[in-house]
Amino acid sequence: MSSMAISRNGTTAKNGLGRRISALLYRKPVLTLLLLLTPPLLWFGVVYLGSLLALVLQSGYTFDDFTMQVTPVWTLANYQALFDSTNLDIILRTLFMALAVSLMSALLAFPLAYYMARHARGAEKAFFYVAVMLPMWASYIVKVYAWTVLLAKGGISWWLIEKLGITPAYEWMLALPHVGGTTLATSNFGRFWVFVYIWLPFMILPIQAALERVPENLIAASSDLGARPWQTFGYVILPMAIPGVVAGSIFTFSLTLGDFIIPQLIGPSGLYIGNMVYTMQGSIGNMPMAAAFTVVPIVLISIYLAISKRLGAFDAL
Amino acid sequence: MHSERTPWALRLAAYGGLAFLHFPLLVIFAYAFNTEESAFSFPLQGFTLHWFSDAWARPDIFAAIVLSLKVATAATVLALALGTLAAMALSRRPFFGKNAITLLLVLPIALPGIITGISLLTAFKVADINPGLLTIIVGHATFCVVVVYNNVVARLRRMPMSHIEASMDLGADSWQTFRHIVMPGLATSLLAGGMLAFALSFDEIIVTTFTAGAEVTLPIWLLNQLGRPRDVPITNVVAMTVMLITTLPILGAWYLTRDTTDTAGGGK
Repeated sequence: MSSMAISRNGTTAKNGLGRRISALLYRKPVLTLLLLLTPPLLWFGVVYLGSLLALVLQSGYTFDDFTMQVTPVWTLANYQALFDSTNLDIILRTLFMALAVSLMSALLAFPLAYYMARHARGAEKAFFYVAVMLPMWASYIVKVYAWTVLLAKGGISWWLIEKLGITPAYEWMLALPHVGGTTLATSNFGRFWVFVYIWLPFMILPIQAALERVPENLIAASSDLGARPWQTFGYVILPMAIPGVVAGSIFTFSLTLGDFIIPQLIGPSGLYIGNMVYTMQGSIGNMPMAAAFTVVPIVLISIYLAISKRLGAFDAL
Repeated sequence: MHSERTPWALRLAAYGGLAFLHFPLLVIFAYAFNTEESAFSFPLQGFTLHWFSDAWARPDIFAAIVLSLKVATAATVLALALGTLAAMALSRRPFFGKNAITLLLVLPIALPGIITGISLLTAFKVADINPGLLTIIVGHATFCVVVVYNNVVARLRRMPMSHIEASMDLGADSWQTFRHIVMPGLATSLLAGGMLAFALSFDEIIVTTFTAGAEVTLPIWLLNQLGRPRDVPITNVVAMTVMLITTLPILGAWYLTRDTTDTAGGGK
């Protein structure tokens, strides 16, 4: 007994400091909070916010075309240059693509998300979840590579078009202005299609989540009150799915705006915002102009988010 | 509503959508075993395992794999530490600025990678830090924190506070409570979050192109191959390898959290 008491006393003495600290942390939750938050806040405050600040500052610096030097002299010239006709073209081209990709992703994602949320049950539902999640997380660069393989000369797409006997339709599509090109791999349509493929899962899951939240009794009430199935769909289900569509489109819109690898590998020449940022900082070394170009998607996304917020998209995120 | 019959067109559209999502991935697997050397003609020419040994023998590929594994491991460890701390702080009572901090954690992944990438590059230049292994890790850790955070915060919200209070009442100190009560409860969510962070880091390319300097990670190696098509068969094999290395942890993370309401991987 006595030896146990000693050992207990010994433990208490050794842990006395630990106990006192514990009691202090328990009594002062604000102190605990500060201790927990300091490392992540330091990281995000210094590394991330600091970097964003550096970027915004850089966009106001002067770049000398002759000496290729950046001097910390304030100027609005970089932002003015964004409105040159060539740069404005690039911005509008990117913006238009981002909107088109978002729209098409929503159209393709909806039936899949609807089936997942309202028809698939049990094992089938789990299967769908994994089957959508895997391509979403699968390597971006491998997915883009897969499409260069699919669209390559003499590859699967060529074989398929020939076997299906749709060569005339294919050639008609390639002849369309703004959409076509010499081959699928160098057409705007091909680029658009690869964008849609890559971001599609980001649209499916938010729509599915929104549809899951439609209460059963609301549907029952609608049909009890005499609505036909398509009326229930149009007046009850669809309005409740819209926030999910908007949430998904935030991803598709923002990811397309910032991409520079797909426009580089698939589709016709014609730069996108991302390519300009990449070229400006890399081969030209004009960091201020690259920074100013980066501010464009930030502004566009902020506008998009403000509109989305009004449509109630954040309840579905 | 589940008495409602499924229209065949809807089922067809749903399964068609899945097929569309998976077809390009299967193509990568098929071409990795193709005998053809310099093009992507279809139907495939023949079956071989030859390119795997060729790829394995290439020092540049080996170096890229080692670098990517190093980066992913370091970024995952950092993300686990920072994400768990943030989750423990933010899962408690509300406080001023809580929403702003949550937003701050999500931003690096919600904004296009190009913004994170060029911002970090600008900051590194200002601070006179040469891009290299360290800068890649810093970039990756920054956008990996949120996946760990999401997993851990979801678990903490379901963990009853009474267990922690009981532990403290029975004489455990903060560390002992964390070690014996909180940690075992968090274990699978940490593992799931860590695996997702690893997968995310291993195949990241956009932020990496800005922060890597002259270093070549495996995705950058692939991108370089795409610019000037050569070594087609070896590229196919590497693409398949990248796919496998990222798929397995994602499946693992899903499996670990499949019975909970907040299944891992719901958002990237």
